[in-house]
Amino acid sequence: MEKFIRLDGLVVPLDRANVDTDAIIPKQFLKSIRRSGFGPNLFDEWRYLDVGEPGRDDSLRPLNPDFVLNQPRYRGAQILLARQNFGCGSSREHAPWALLDFGLRTVIAESFADIFFNNCFKNGILPVVLPAAEIDALFALVEATPGCHLVVDLEQQVVLRPDGRSLPFAVDPFRRECLLNGWDDIGLTLRHAELIKAFEARRREQQPWLFA
Amino acid sequence: MPQTLYEKLWQDHVVHQEADGTALIYIDRHLVHEVTSPQAFEGLKLAGRKPWRISSIVATADHNTPTDHWDRGIEDPVSRLQVETLDANIRAFGALAYFPFKDPRQGIVHVVGPESGATLPGMTVVCGDSHTSTHGAFACMAHGIGTSEVEHVLATQCLLQKKSKTMLLQVDGVLGRGVTAKDVALAIIGRIGTAGGTGYAIEFGGSAVRSLSMEGRMTLCNMAIEAGARLGLIAVDEVTIDYLRGRPFAPQGARWEQAVVHWRRLRSDDGARFDRVIEMPAAAIGPQVTWGTSPEMVVPVDARVPDPASEPDPVKREGMERALRYMGLSPDLPICDIALDKVFIGSCTNSRIEDLRAAAAVVRGRTVASNIRLALVVPGSGLVKRQAEEEGLDEIFRAAGFEWREPGCSMCLAMNADRLEAGERCASTSNRNFEGRQGAGGRTHLVSPEMAAAAAIAGHFCDIREWL
Ligand code: SF4
Repeated sequence: MEKFIRLDGLVVPLDRANVDTDAIIPKQFLKSIRRSGFGPNLFDEWRYLDVGEPGRDDSLRPLNPDFVLNQPRYRGAQILLARQNFGCGSSREHAPWALLDFGLRTVIAESFADIFFNNCFKNGILPVVLPAAEIDALFALVEATPGCHLVVDLEQQVVLRPDGRSLPFAVDPFRRECLLNGWDDIGLTLRHAELIKAFEARRREQQPWLFA
Repeated sequence: MPQTLYEKLWQDHVVHQEADGTALIYIDRHLVHEVTSPQAFEGLKLAGRKPWRISSIVATADHNTPTDHWDRGIEDPVSRLQVETLDANIRAFGALAYFPFKDPRQGIVHVVGPESGATLPGMTVVCGDSHTSTHGAFACMAHGIGTSEVEHVLATQCLLQKKSKTMLLQVDGVLGRGVTAKDVALAIIGRIGTAGGTGYAIEFGGSAVRSLSMEGRMTLCNMAIEAGARLGLIAVDEVTIDYLRGRPFAPQGARWEQAVVHWRRLRSDDGARFDRVIEMPAAAIGPQVTWGTSPEMVVPVDARVPDPASEPDPVKREGMERALRYMGLSPDLPICDIALDKVFIGSCTNSRIEDLRAAAAVVRGRTVASNIRLALVVPGSGLVKRQAEEEGLDEIFRAAGFEWREPGCSMCLAMNADRLEAGERCASTSNRNFEGRQGAGGRTHLVSPEMAAAAAIAGHFCDIREWL
């Protein structure tokens, strides 16, 4: 997993609540057995005027000019600004894979759905929760400021606005450590292999029916 | 100190705990399907790792499999490759049980687990699928995980977790005639919202919940994720134990007796403290119909489509307006005046035998309305299908003009050929009405099996209570 320490990036605002994982990456693209290549189909139904299918050349498809990701001023964005309950719906990790493949490394929102939130950390994406009032202010700022950049600093746990104001955010110490170092969870867990074996042996003895 | 059911389950599975409370949780049952597992097996292979305990794995193919013309195999090559990849992975690594495409016991993973007895009380159950919350009906700590976590569980038999807060959803009283577990679930989501349960483990309690069959309880826990909760829970009682007795993977003989003693403790202690308690009187719940593009956009069938103009919150109002545009509905339209194009009875929410019996009872001797282009019944598993056929339910559906299909996820998410065309409107017993969920541009209304059946006959929504 790629480390996440500090990101100075262009912000794209997606002004909708309850953006679900079906919208982030529609189901027909879940048929892929790979982890990459989902970027062109991020927000597929909103981004294009026709219906996408796996295997098609997306660069030939008609774009929806009204959709924010298609507007030239947001090209190259690395930070997605969103509303409440972002990423609700299914557990598909294809959603963070698509964000990442598109080039987005962080999502700033008022709140996230649990599984999506968790999946982000496994893929080097930092989900940042800020209070509603700050989110409102950021939407206004981004709308009003062409080329608006924010700095997301995981070490300091702050989002820095261009006017110098810094917005602190909370993150689990353990997840923060993993992201800062780009650690692989599996490797970390396997350090406890002896503990797992002992736990399993005890469990097998006490509740043998679980091991049929 | 009195403990909640969730706290007992949590405590029973902690292998190790970090200073910040992140815990290593042992996983008893790992359900696997074709969509969210290929990259996990691939990762395992690349790292030169093996599954920690293959006897924890139960696998099936469900999302991509066609529901008709099984003789032709899987015609979509991309879907076929994904299913074949699962076949190859299970062959290479092994599993306790695998129900591949066309196996008589194949079906939706959340139907197959419980019916085979692979889901047992007190287990941690995970699957790369958000509706894993279904298994909480058996007092399991059961929740969906992403593909990285699928790989993590394969490699370590554990997950890194933070303890959730606890919520008790108390539904007391008697459910009215025609009011089902699905309606209770939708009414709860309407009340607390799709983010209302975020960060919580929801335990469903109260006399109305106790009165539900295991199948109804599964429907309720299935929808916990739509309320934002990763997991739903229901305590063990005689209904749970009766359901499990004799199932293929349930313990037998002396082990069964030993297990039952253990299982009976799987309930919240009297006086246990929950972080949040919500009471929903059963009598106040009517049959529900969603009108928008989120499960929280729901009203009773005798209500009207709400008017965004009366919503004070601007973000919510915008969302309502967008939803109404997408759904092609105008404010104040009576729900019963909404005409339909398709009807889908199926999905891990409502495709079990009792769901099919309930729908068949409504359909019996009647005919699907002429404006309905397709009325589909998709049993949740091969065993459900066989049982239904033994009872003659397939004949009732076919005679009325329904199509009777092979098991799978089907039009719940339309990864196979079963889908809505743009603009088509569907009464569906599934769990998500997001934009495009059942096909790009398709319009989904979530309802109970009885309500879907009645809507197929009438051609529009109608109040099932007037039919009984
Ligand atoms: S039936 Fe629908 S919700 Fe259930 S597992 Fe299949 S796709 Fe997911």
